[in-house]
Amino acid sequence: MGRYLLRRTGFLLGSLLAAAALLFVLLRLLPGDPANALLSVGATPEQIAAARRQIGSDVPLPEQFAAWLAGLARLDLGTSFVSRLPVGPEIAARLVVTVPLTLLSFALAVLIALPVGFVAAWRSDRWYGLLLNGVSQLGIAVPVFWIGMLLVTVFALRLRVLPAGGFPRGDWAEPGRALTSLALPVITIALVMSASLIRYVRSATLDVLGSDYLRTARALGSSFAGAMWRHGLRNASVPVISILGIELATTFLGAVVVESVFTLPGLGTLLVEGIAEHDYPVIQGVLAVSTFAVLMIGFAADLAQRLVDPRLRAHVGGGRP
Amino acid sequence: MRGRFTFLAGCVLVGLILVVAAVSLVWLPYDPADTSGGRLAPPGGAHLLGTDKLGRDLLTQLMVGARIALTVGIGSVLVGGLLGVAGGLIAGFATRWLDDALSAVLDILIAFPTLLLAMLVVAAREASLGSAILAIGLAMSGVVARLTRILVKRVLAQDYITAARTSGTSWPRVVAEHVLPNIWPTLLVNLSLQLGLAVLAEASLSYLGLGPPPPNASWGRLLQEAQATVLTSPTGAIAPGVLLVVLVVGVNLVADGFRDLADPTRRRTR
Repeated sequence: MGRYLLRRTGFLLGSLLAAAALLFVLLRLLPGDPANALLSVGATPEQIAAARRQIGSDVPLPEQFAAWLAGLARLDLGTSFVSRLPVGPEIAARLVVTVPLTLLSFALAVLIALPVGFVAAWRSDRWYGLLLNGVSQLGIAVPVFWIGMLLVTVFALRLRVLPAGGFPRGDWAEPGRALTSLALPVITIALVMSASLIRYVRSATLDVLGSDYLRTARALGSSFAGAMWRHGLRNASVPVISILGIELATTFLGAVVVESVFTLPGLGTLLVEGIAEHDYPVIQGVLAVSTFAVLMIGFAADLAQRLVDPRLRAHVGGGRP
Repeated sequence: MRGRFTFLAGCVLVGLILVVAAVSLVWLPYDPADTSGGRLAPPGGAHLLGTDKLGRDLLTQLMVGARIALTVGIGSVLVGGLLGVAGGLIAGFATRWLDDALSAVLDILIAFPTLLLAMLVVAAREASLGSAILAIGLAMSGVVARLTRILVKRVLAQDYITAARTSGTSWPRVVAEHVLPNIWPTLLVNLSLQLGLAVLAEASLSYLGLGPPPPNASWGRLLQEAQATVLTSPTGAIAPGVLLVVLVVGVNLVADGFRDLADPTRRRTR
């Protein structure tokens, strides 16, 4: 485990560095000068030079990259072109919305998907098993923002039981109000996320239900529940855990889009605003934070999977495919 | 039996959208830019599905949208498929260090979430049809490449490859005669699933205002535009979503059905 942890951590650090480089390079492929975002039409050469000095685009690219990396290491993400405020605190303020939104949606999605996926597999020949499977098939094809729009129409505009959007000014000062404004976004993301999760849970359960070891356990006198508990759950959980990591990352992305539907002041709306205003420090900062989050989630999921599955631990440093 | 039904059902749904897109090339009820219809006219009469808030005919917009969805979907699968298969073939054949390096690059590319990568490309270029295709294609190429690499490695480990090599077959001929024929069904299934994801990604980008700009009437943008008037004219907020779901479900069914048909060993246990 120690050696694996070391290798996996090395890979994580490498990916973080590569992700930072990829972000930097892609944004520098832009046709224009980022300084243009600061200037009005018809700026004098002196103004252009001043603007470039201010945002640091007058030095060679390697130096810009070094400066950006150094900033990242100090958690300094630069200054917004538009608001002239530091990007780091702005992102931190937005995370107050996005992180709870992601975690609550993810938790709800898992709560829906585990029992539904199990039933869809266990009763795959009954009408409700087929129905659950069909609904999940439909769910993976539905754009998340459209579900959000439909839920707003029904629950906020027609029934008026939940707010259509926005977030209280004092953030979590009034937890009740904050939670109410997150209710529809959370349901939206959870519904869509659970659809793909259900399919994984269903197929993992189907594999276990058709397995020889479960039949043997039953033949040796275990009850169905007992055999499932002792042998089935742990086996079924291995593929599900690895997919949970990816799903958590996907939930986070769902949040990026759904925040726009519900005008929540989160990371996603910040990114969309940044792109619309060509505010490169903001774009770079948000994408860096999101990518790092996704990489960390993958790291955690890999470790969790090894904890559950001893077979993976046995192959440390072993053969390559 | 099940595979055939799934496949046919998928073909019908995808065919429906294909026909709409094809018809839109030669005939449209109105000019897409024609705003003479009166704002938010209800369905029926001169405008079968009504008009949007600018007075444009909704049916016309939806038909053009089918074309956009298919163009971006197929375009990005071509971009992502070519890049991904080429990269995966190279990594699959590469010796240890090159393979390791390529695999690491792929893992990082895959760690970049599709939509964020697409948004990054759009931010670096500008919102256009080409940007959307490039962005989504690039974002999917990592997954395709990793799949191709694994499939190639699996085929190369077979005895018949050794036999072919021993009897003097060149590597290019091995690829053409043994590797590609063995991996294409799995690749095709994955690429068609990617097509569905690409259509959804384009809709999300357009919804966020980062997709192909007007006059390209993307379904995602139609939904975004209809959001404010959903109570007074619900058709505009429902129809584009329904078409999106029809196309994506159709593509997924084609992929599932084809997998069951092409590979009898992978038939479901139940």
